[in-house]
Amino acid sequence: MLKINPALISAHALGLKIGTRSILDNVNISVHDREIVTVIGPNGAGKSTLIKVMLGLIPHTSGHIHKRDDLRVGYVPQRFPVSPNVPLSVRRLLTLTHKASELELQQTLAETGIAHLINARVADLSGGELQRALLARALLRQPQLLVLDEPVQAVDFDGELKLYELISNIRKARGCGILMVSHDLHMVMADSDRVICLNGHICCEGAPIAVQKSPEFSKMFGPKAAAMIAGYSHHHDHDHESHAHAHSPFSDFKPGHKH
Amino acid sequence: MNLAILSEPFFIRALLAGLGVAIVAGPIGCFIVWRRMAYFGETLAHAGLLGVGVGLLFNISITLGAVVAAILIALLLLALKRQQQVATDTLLGILSHTALALGIITIGLVTGAVTGHLDILFGDVLTVSKNDVITIWIGAIAVLAVIAYLWRDLIAISVHEDLARAEGVNVPWVELVFLITMAAVTAFAMKIVGLLLITALTVIPAAAARRMADTPELMAVWSIIFACIAAIGGLLMSALYGTIAGPSIVLSASLLFVLTLLKPQSN
Repeated sequence: MLKINPALISAHALGLKIGTRSILDNVNISVHDREIVTVIGPNGAGKSTLIKVMLGLIPHTSGHIHKRDDLRVGYVPQRFPVSPNVPLSVRRLLTLTHKASELELQQTLAETGIAHLINARVADLSGGELQRALLARALLRQPQLLVLDEPVQAVDFDGELKLYELISNIRKARGCGILMVSHDLHMVMADSDRVICLNGHICCEGAPIAVQKSPEFSKMFGPKAAAMIAGYSHHHDHDHESHAHAHSPFSDFKPGHKH
Repeated sequence: MNLAILSEPFFIRALLAGLGVAIVAGPIGCFIVWRRMAYFGETLAHAGLLGVGVGLLFNISITLGAVVAAILIALLLLALKRQQQVATDTLLGILSHTALALGIITIGLVTGAVTGHLDILFGDVLTVSKNDVITIWIGAIAVLAVIAYLWRDLIAISVHEDLARAEGVNVPWVELVFLITMAAVTAFAMKIVGLLLITALTVIPAAAARRMADTPELMAVWSIIFACIAAIGGLLMSALYGTIAGPSIVLSASLLFVLTLLKPQSN
C-alpha cells in the first residue's frame, strides 16, 4: 500500500512480555490520515494492551513505535468507571485537562449529539451518553488521531449503529485517522478501511470483507461470526463504494504469519 | 461546667492546632474519597507508629520519625504497585500490619511498655506547645500550596489515571508529590487525633461534603468547613464534658455526616 504521507502512528514488530508470558508478539500496525483501522479479537487477545502500548501508557519490550511529530491524539479508554464520589458535570469532564471556550464546548457536544447534557452529572449519564461525552472530550483536542477502545460497549444495539454512524461522520467531517478496538464481532464496522484480527499476534488483516472470508478468521471466531459480519457489511454496502475503490477488498488481504 | 477553660492558653493552642490540621484534612480527605485510598491512609498511619518507635530508639523527634517512616512506606508502595505478583490491597495489608507490629515492638523495647504511649494512638492535642502550633500552621500552608498547584492534575488523575496520562499529565510525578504530602499530613495529624483516627478525620468530613457539593472545588471547601467544625466541636466537647479530645473530634465529624444525610438529594 503506497502512501505519500507518513503514518500518523505506526508500530513495527511490537512485542510485550510480562514475566515469561507473551502478551503481544510481532505486531505491525499503522494508521494514516482519514483511515479507520479496527482491531478485533477475543477477550484477552491483547487489544486494549496494544492500544495502551501505542499510546505510551504501557512500555513495550521489543519493536518500536513511530508517531508523527506533535501528533494530537484523542483517546476514549475502554473502562471509565464513574465514581459517584467525584462530583463532576459533563462540562467539567470535558475540560479536565484541556481549556475550551463555551462555544467550543457547545459545538463539540452538538457534534456528538448531546448538547443538552452539558450541565448533567456524569454519574447520571447512560452508557451511550457517556460514550458520546467521552468522544466529545477527545474531539475537543482537535485530534489528528482518534483512539477508541470499545466505543460501543454498554450501548444497546440501536445505539451501537448510531455510534458507528457518528464515528464514520467524524472521520468524514474532520479527516482524522481512527484506531478502534472492538470485540463485538457481529458489529465490526463496515466503514473500516482495515480490520486487524489480533490474538497476541496478528492472525489476519485486510478490508472487512476480505477478513471475514479469511480461513484464519473463521478458525478464530467460527463461521457463524463471519456470516454475521457479512450481513452488516452488505447491508451498508451502498455507503462504501468509495472505500472499495481505494482498497480493493480482495487484493488488500494478507494473512498474518503462522505460529 | 466550667466555661473559663475555653480561654485558657492550652485550650487556645489546641484549637489553633486542631484547625491547622482540619484545613488540610479537608482537601486531602477529598482525594482519599475520590481515589478510594482510605486503606492506604491507614497504612501510612501505621507506618507513622513505626516512625515513632524509631524516633524513640534513636532519640530524635517522634514527629520527624513519623513523617520519614510514612514517606518511606509511601515510596515503597509506589514502587511495589508496578509489580503484578501481589494485588495492591493485599500488599497494603502486609505493609500496614508489618509496620504496626514493628512499631509496637520497637516502642515496647525502647520504653518497656506500650501503655505509656496511648497518646500516639488517641492523640494529645491538649498538650501541644506554641512551637507545635507554629509548625502545624507552616506545614498546613505548605500542603495547601502544593495541593493548589497540582489541583487540576490531581482531579484529572482522580477521574481517570490512564486518560490523564495519555493527555500529558505527568502522573508519576504528581502521584509522588501527593503521596509525600499525604504522608506528612498523616504524621502531623497523629498529634491531634491519634493514629487510630487519622483516616477518620480525613475521610468523614469529605464524605459529608460530597452531599453538599456538585463540583470538586465546592466539595473541598465544604470538607474544610466540616473538618473545622468537627475540630471546634470536639474540643468544646472535650473541655466541657472531660471527654478525650481526639475521639471527640472524630465523633463530631460523624455527627456532621449523619446530619448531611438528612439533606434531600436533587436526584
